Amino acid sequence: MTETPISNIRNFSIVAHIDHGKSTLADRIIQLTGGLEAREMKEQVLDSMDIERERGITIKAQTVRLKYKAKDGKDYVLNLIDTPGHVDFAYEVNRSLAACEGSLLVVDASQGVEAQTLANVYQALDNNHEIVPVLNKVDLPAAEPEKIKQQIEDVIGLDASDAILISAKTGQGVPDVLEAIVTKLPPPKGDANATLKALLIDSWYDSYLGVVVLFRVVDGVLKKGQRIRMMGTKAAYDVDRVGVFTPKRVEMEQIGPGEIGFLTAAIKEVADTRVGDTITDDRKPVNEPLSGFRPAIPVVFCGLFPIDANDFETLRAAMGKLRLNDASFSFEMETSAALGFGFRCGFLGLLHLEIIQERLEREFNLNLIATAPSVIYKMKLTNGEEIEIHNPVDMPEVTRIAEIKEPWIEATILTPDEYLGSVLKLCQDRRGVQKELTYVGSRAMVKYELPLNEVVFDFYDRLKSVSKGYASFDYHLTDFKEADLVKMQILVNGEPVDALAMLVHRTRAEGRGRAMVEKLKELIPPHMFQVPIQAAIGGKIIARETVRALRKDVTAKCYGGDATRKRKLLEKQKEGKKRMREFGKVEIPQEAFIAALKVDS
Amino acid sequence: MSRTATSAPNLPADPGFGVYVHWPFCLAKCPYCDFNSHVRYEKPDEARFTAAIAKELEHAAAITGPRTVNSVFFGGGTPSLMSAETVAKILQEIKRHWTPAPDMEVTLEANPTSVEAERFRGYRTAGVTRVSLGVQSLNNDALKFLGRLHTAEEALNAVDIARKNFERISFDLIYARPGQTPTAWREELSRALHEGMEHLSVYQLTIEPGTPFETLFRKGSLKILDDEQGRALWDVTQELCNAAGLPAYEISNHARPGAECRHNLVYWRYGEYVGAGPGAHGRLGTGDGRLATMTEKHPERWLARVEQDGHGLVVSDRLSRSEQADEYLLMGLRLREGIDLARYLKLAGEPLDPAQIYALQEHGLIESKGGVLRVTASGFPLLDSIVADLAA
Repeated sequence: MTETPISNIRNFSIVAHIDHGKSTLADRIIQLTGGLEAREMKEQVLDSMDIERERGITIKAQTVRLKYKAKDGKDYVLNLIDTPGHVDFAYEVNRSLAACEGSLLVVDASQGVEAQTLANVYQALDNNHEIVPVLNKVDLPAAEPEKIKQQIEDVIGLDASDAILISAKTGQGVPDVLEAIVTKLPPPKGDANATLKALLIDSWYDSYLGVVVLFRVVDGVLKKGQRIRMMGTKAAYDVDRVGVFTPKRVEMEQIGPGEIGFLTAAIKEVADTRVGDTITDDRKPVNEPLSGFRPAIPVVFCGLFPIDANDFETLRAAMGKLRLNDASFSFEMETSAALGFGFRCGFLGLLHLEIIQERLEREFNLNLIATAPSVIYKMKLTNGEEIEIHNPVDMPEVTRIAEIKEPWIEATILTPDEYLGSVLKLCQDRRGVQKELTYVGSRAMVKYELPLNEVVFDFYDRLKSVSKGYASFDYHLTDFKEADLVKMQILVNGEPVDALAMLVHRTRAEGRGRAMVEKLKELIPPHMFQVPIQAAIGGKIIARETVRALRKDVTAKCYGGDATRKRKLLEKQKEGKKRMREFGKVEIPQEAFIAALKVDS
Repeated sequence: MSRTATSAPNLPADPGFGVYVHWPFCLAKCPYCDFNSHVRYEKPDEARFTAAIAKELEHAAAITGPRTVNSVFFGGGTPSLMSAETVAKILQEIKRHWTPAPDMEVTLEANPTSVEAERFRGYRTAGVTRVSLGVQSLNNDALKFLGRLHTAEEALNAVDIARKNFERISFDLIYARPGQTPTAWREELSRALHEGMEHLSVYQLTIEPGTPFETLFRKGSLKILDDEQGRALWDVTQELCNAAGLPAYEISNHARPGAECRHNLVYWRYGEYVGAGPGAHGRLGTGDGRLATMTEKHPERWLARVEQDGHGLVVSDRLSRSEQADEYLLMGLRLREGIDLARYLKLAGEPLDPAQIYALQEHGLIESKGGVLRVTASGFPLLDSIVADLAA
């Protein structure tokens, strides 16, 4: 057990909007408490993936145990949990917050509160956190700390009068943050003599250690060699290693109540561990698990296909490897007439989708085509059967469907006043229902109920573009509602292209169909014949464009000296054709698929 | 490998054997031209270049063995800058290594200036049977734009002199120039056809990499016609040439039947040819495969190589079967007569995709019958797309 009494432990996380300085502050805190020497420091110490560093986001939760001698002369142990900040990972955030007693609310002193901050701070309050407001980047000329303090009070209802003013970049004010953690946040509670009860915060796959599980002990003690049980999955394991991160990995004999640590056991894959699960002693388990556990459910789906059919097996292996570390990502094989063999994949949200696609392309050197993102639809059939579908290809005959329900979300959007009109129009166009419109200083906060299906289709890109990047957005799923949805198909030269089929609301079908055929008309190069492009619902054509026929494509001069050059050109053309997908004798460049799915109507 | 016999009834039994001689010098470089041509302020040492060409011919003859030559072609550059004695000497060398066919064609490319026209009689005496004149346009503004040194009047005068010396003459025109309308082209081409030629080469202007025109094109100060406009001019060309009895026997070449350029037919029928002189290409049948050859392009470096090694070859690659099949396809389909599918099969080892043939036939772009595949009149202007589809 740790030598530190439980009253000298503080567990905290940092709530912040992207770019507001969460990772930089964490870096400073680690440096000040001597967790790492200067030569070991690099930016965003806790974000280990390249993609996390580049995008400035955190995907996996990380933890670091720091030693701090406070002004009262006592030694404290500070456990910082770095949480993912994005809405796609809302559940993971919630579980990380559940492992702490308090949070630092970091707000950019010139930009103010953003929608994402709001969502996370509410989650922290739901977890009974004590919150210390911190205003970052006060050294910048545009900083308006007083105004932002007022905003925090107005929007969140937190007393921000003694908010700490810092610059994580220069280190200014950071010692005050450490002191506030000790004086303002409560110590954890817990009974060392009770039966083991610990929260599974997160887990990941490490090529040396196998699956590493991050946990917070609530009661009891977790010891090396102990046989533990996961209450959700009902699996039992012998603990091989127990320890903490400082952020270097340090092995220990046991971890006591209120503490955060890691364990390894003979756990095969990350999918065997579930974020939010309760870890207990296998021989004398607790009766009740911790509340708040729910399995990860994918909400957004799309098909991922290798551009080169020969990469299919590589893709399968790559997905298997990523899933080792990310149980919330699911995939199963799918065959498309258009795209050949690929996988139908499920994600927590659009960012999750993008991250997985990017990691597959970057880390495994794959070129992929992604089909239109889809949500889950619940259908009641005329024979009483109830099914869930997430692939337009699987949609039953219209006559067999009694009722379709689609998922809805509640979205919170914060935007500068001048873009409010455009933001409202966007939400309205996406079948949104306004719930609330309030002002926070010069910024408007709107809450909308929106069908998720309208959001997965480039909503975020559009929001950024209509607000010049200033609007921020967050959402959570609410419920399923009945919807008048139709399956829209795109026909190229009379042949349906399955990869472009989608389920859309009847009132939106024509606009979406028109936008898609217009985009495809631009992207499909002229062929030797005219190519009709149509959008259709059932047998009815709702939009049509024609790609004109190519009129001339011939080399004027070709003599004995040109044969070699022309042959090499022909070889290149053949290679190029491999990257095209052919439908009804029409070659569609892969960019056309991607761009067609991104168009807005 | 050599002398491929063909089974298709309407195609010649032998694609032929030709010798190409490259003379790389020009008085000025035309802004559209990407050929291997060089301007020298001092007159090049013609005797040394002639001796080097003779050496290369000897080297090639050792590879090909004894053959019957159907055609010799002096191209450039500007071969009409050569003296008649040089031409005579080279022809003599060719006849020493190979057997001339009784009707051997000897073509020389010439600029239509008065200076060069004075040499025509000498060329004829040397053995030249056919001249191809680089007229390019009958419009003086266009000639200036194209960087030509002659006027339309001078060119027509040279045509007259050529006609007095040679039974067979041809000239080149470049059309689809920036801003050229179908009406203007109709007028210009009509005047050209009025000359009563037996052969005419008409090329649509294309922007070639590394040329001054390319630089202008990239800067946006030279606009070329799009495919619709180019097609309209193409249609005028076909209409007028057909009416004048000079149908296209190849994409850009029109002739009275029987007056086709036999030398170029060797290329398009994918026959064999020796290339001598700087930057010349060859396709040589050998005991173990077909060689693609190319010589050093730079004239003086080529000269040094030949004088040292006896040849200027910098490329001598054995072509794989599929490479030969691709070349046969892309050269052969340029001809109205088409390609022999049995010969293609023999080269490629597998037939062309029947589904592709069917689809292109459905659109009326090609026709396949009696073992011959040919591109139709409506397919010709789309040939590059057709070849890409067939080869894929």
